Amino acid sequence: MTPEFKLEAKKVNVYYGENHVLRDINMNIEKNSVTAFIGPSGCGKSTFLRCLNRMNDYIETFRMEGDVIIDGKDIYDRNVRVEELRKKVGMVFQKPNPFPKSIYENVVYGLKIQGITRKDELDHAAEESLKRAALWDEVKHDLKKPALALSGGQQQRLCIARTLAVQPTVILMDEPASALDPISTSKVEELIHELKSNFSILIVTHNMQQAARVSDKTAFFYLGELVEFDETRTVFTNPKHERTQNYITGRFG
Amino acid sequence: MTHSESELQRVKNELILMWKLVSAQLLKAQKALVTMDKDLAREIIHTEKRVNAYELNIDNDCENAFALLNPVAVDLRFVLAVLKINSNLERTGDIAEGIARFILEAENNFPDDLLAETQVLTMFEEASDMLLDLCEAFDKENTEVARTIFKRDELLNEINRAANKCIAGYLRENSAHMEQGLHILSTIRKLERVGDQCKNMAEEIIFYVEAKVLKHAGKKEGE
Repeated sequence: MTPEFKLEAKKVNVYYGENHVLRDINMNIEKNSVTAFIGPSGCGKSTFLRCLNRMNDYIETFRMEGDVIIDGKDIYDRNVRVEELRKKVGMVFQKPNPFPKSIYENVVYGLKIQGITRKDELDHAAEESLKRAALWDEVKHDLKKPALALSGGQQQRLCIARTLAVQPTVILMDEPASALDPISTSKVEELIHELKSNFSILIVTHNMQQAARVSDKTAFFYLGELVEFDETRTVFTNPKHERTQNYITGRFG
Repeated sequence: MTHSESELQRVKNELILMWKLVSAQLLKAQKALVTMDKDLAREIIHTEKRVNAYELNIDNDCENAFALLNPVAVDLRFVLAVLKINSNLERTGDIAEGIARFILEAENNFPDDLLAETQVLTMFEEASDMLLDLCEAFDKENTEVARTIFKRDELLNEINRAANKCIAGYLRENSAHMEQGLHILSTIRKLERVGDQCKNMAEEIIFYVEAKVLKHAGKKEGE
């Protein structure tokens, strides 16, 4: 039976040592949707995002209670291999972080790690991923060019292409456009709209208007709690909680 | 207070000033009608230009608020409500001006018994009170007061419905006052429109404060 939701967080509590940073987070994410996480710095939104592909596992004091279920399977289950999970749940970071290699090598890096070596297969994947990341037309004649020679906006789309190449179904984005100019930001946002038909996207952003523009649902975090989680159009026109309203209207005191 | 808050507060104050000006226009129209004061009627027509200037300024303020402040949630509803109330008030201002023009056209005084039988002055008073109460409701975000408007508008509707018969009866016995009778009938029609504008404004206040849409909802709460 296909699970009703792509991703389910059930009573997620996170601690860094004594510090209780996420409290009883329950959230269901539908397939092929964009969900924005908003909230002031330190509210736990990035920590929560990182719980969804086990990026926090490396933090020594990190401890989590509750379940994160993707496609009906608990991702913190003993039998889950983190590398397999990361194939399914890709991540794009705030600062573009291409490897100091060529554009082509960056895109096929994950596939090569998986042991794929056939050139036609890699070429095909590189072209497809770059097209999906709306970068192909700008780089198709320069695939051997160093990735670091690209502009910031192009580098970020390259990182998205690199994520797409391993064919994830969930993409986590941690402020993917905060280091980009408005034109690159708009390209990334357009891209998010297009990717939505094939992926479930979760995006952390400090830019309220970006959250309003790109997402179907918005989650507002405050002091480690999920205060409000609703349709984006509801959150930005008639939020149920005063704290949400104060935050999105900039009245946070 | 943040910059956005003070900008929106400024727009609010501007709208309240317009509101008071329009209410004053209506009160003056009543006074000019009773006393047949043509100078006062001219003053109303002249002041209508100020009402129009307010409308343009507030439209402009709202456009700037959308472009520069990116209002959301209660702020967004506030700007949307201001835009609509602005146009409701401008139309109410037009109505006061229209009544002033009847007064200028009229060649004779309006007889007291015509005013009493048609209840046009009751209508004037109720319409003015409704306008001022709404202004207060908007300022204090008081939706309870806004909700009373739907019921109060009924009085204006009743007087309007009775007007044809009432004036026809009056004119049968006072055919010399034909012109005044027709002016009063037109005035009553216009004041009935003030009631409708007030209802629209009440709906906007409730939308702004409570995020509830009452438009086209049939019978209103509290009605």
